[in-house]
Amino acid sequence: MSAPNSSYDFDIAVVGAGPAGLAAAALAASNGASVVLLDEQAEPGGQIYRAVTETPVRDRKVLGPDYWHGAELLGPLRDSGAVHWPGSTVWSVARPREDGPDGQRSIQIGLSRDGAAAMLTVRHVILATGALERPFPIPGWTLPGVLGAGAAQVLLKTSGLVPSGATVMAGSGPLLWLLAWQYLQAGARIDAILDTTPKENWRAALPLLPGFLRSPYLGKGMKLMLEVRRKLTVIGNVTALRAEGGVGSGGNEGVLKSVVYTRNGTEHRLPADTLLLHHGVVPNLNLANATGCAQRWDEQQRCWRPTTDEWGATSVEGVSLAGDGAGIGGARAAEEAGRLTALDALHRLGRIGREQRDRSAAPFRAALDRALTGRAFLDTLYTPAEAFRVPADDTIVCRCEEITAGAVREAVRLGCSGPNQAKSFLRCGMGPCQGRLCGPTVTEVIAAERGISPAEVGYYRLRPPVKPITLAELAALPKTDADIDAVFKH
Amino acid sequence: MFRRLPEIETALKTAETVAFTIDGRPASARAGDSVAAALLANGVVACRNMPVSGAARGPYCMMGVCFDCLVTIDGTGNRQGCQVRVAPGMAVETQNGKREVER
Repeated sequence: MSAPNSSYDFDIAVVGAGPAGLAAAALAASNGASVVLLDEQAEPGGQIYRAVTETPVRDRKVLGPDYWHGAELLGPLRDSGAVHWPGSTVWSVARPREDGPDGQRSIQIGLSRDGAAAMLTVRHVILATGALERPFPIPGWTLPGVLGAGAAQVLLKTSGLVPSGATVMAGSGPLLWLLAWQYLQAGARIDAILDTTPKENWRAALPLLPGFLRSPYLGKGMKLMLEVRRKLTVIGNVTALRAEGGVGSGGNEGVLKSVVYTRNGTEHRLPADTLLLHHGVVPNLNLANATGCAQRWDEQQRCWRPTTDEWGATSVEGVSLAGDGAGIGGARAAEEAGRLTALDALHRLGRIGREQRDRSAAPFRAALDRALTGRAFLDTLYTPAEAFRVPADDTIVCRCEEITAGAVREAVRLGCSGPNQAKSFLRCGMGPCQGRLCGPTVTEVIAAERGISPAEVGYYRLRPPVKPITLAELAALPKTDADIDAVFKH
Repeated sequence: MFRRLPEIETALKTAETVAFTIDGRPASARAGDSVAAALLANGVVACRNMPVSGAARGPYCMMGVCFDCLVTIDGTGNRQGCQVRVAPGMAVETQNGKREVER
């Protein structure tokens, strides 16, 4: 490990061990900063390189070469001396204070590890919290047997599990095709892929095609899609979708039984034991939001993203963001953004000069630009249709509190103006997931109902703890004399 | 419903398997499986009933964000099944409604 900073626990804390976090931690630590890499999972990799060190899927062709690139990020991390704390859930990043041990800025991080809470004091925080699947609210999406395509991919990577029985995939976007291709390699069963990409998206996307033609993903993506289309049943132009429950083929009650889809105005029904949904990914911004980082509505990606400068710096001094958590760019872009963010953090901590930062950044910035080439085309082509972003009244939008789109609309008619008011009207977004699975939908439903833009409607205002923490964990926090004085009368 | 890839099924016969229980019934998983994955591998697609409507739910995101896979593990309720690794002798119970006091 690099020389520990005597007065702070660490110079830099990196939250999230995906491509952005791994690259950022390795670069910062190899330049002499003391770095802790905090991650919720037991092994590094994030979701895209999930279980890359220990996956039971040994046949390399199943997961594909892009997945195995993740392993190349681990050597540099190990050699850098960064401290990796797996199994650490970060539930708060406090606003920076000017009361550090040396009178400088300090930031307190609350985390849970092995059932006990701890506070860390650091000088700089890099949030690399990545992405989560965009909510895909359809009637019946809460039934057991309906999962995200990303979830199915996690099951494949971590446990070598694939669906058995009738399997339907539905949605739009690169991950859906990648998973289908991986299932083909693995010999897993897929009965049908229901493609929900709206026909009219092509008109908007075509002008952006020249950019995509230069994308490194073009060749790979085309090959993969052609292979999937040749070997599987792909049903395009799906405009409506619902999952029906009943007694499943395994004899369980109240689970997925069939999938009903509409194509050219006609309904069709497919028996299904597993339905895998995917409508792209959105930034996982809960921690940045709760830390007070400003965010803005991205019209092209149709999601909220924290506001950052070209170095990942947020509106909160000392807190920066790298990777998909700042806007979706994919794993390779995240990796390069992680390096740029780390260079800027080193500069802000006085470890490198501005000139050195800029000089070192040049190759990473060029690689980032390459990785982002053609992104606009993909974002535009794969924007989910409005019917899937703004669901009909009977569809559950808030899975935790079981609130329907209709209830949200009714609240709007009663004067509910935005997502935060929806909390007090309906408890919408107040369950344990804290809006992760309903936030984008609630914003869009309210915007449509009020006839204004999502940017005007706004998003949930989130507060720590960003993940639920038990009283027992909190009680295990080490206490200072000042903490005890604060609660005891003398 | 989920199944193991054949290469892993074969490896499981020799590699370390973990014995645990689901609602008191003996079950086995692969060392390294999350509790949620172990439930799915054992044919358990629903792991809890919702506090509001009582509807059955199963794992949805497998990465710690959705909280649909909440189960009771070794007597402690509201544990995220996808975030906890299955351990030898672990008692996993499906969770009916909300977490109970002292559980």
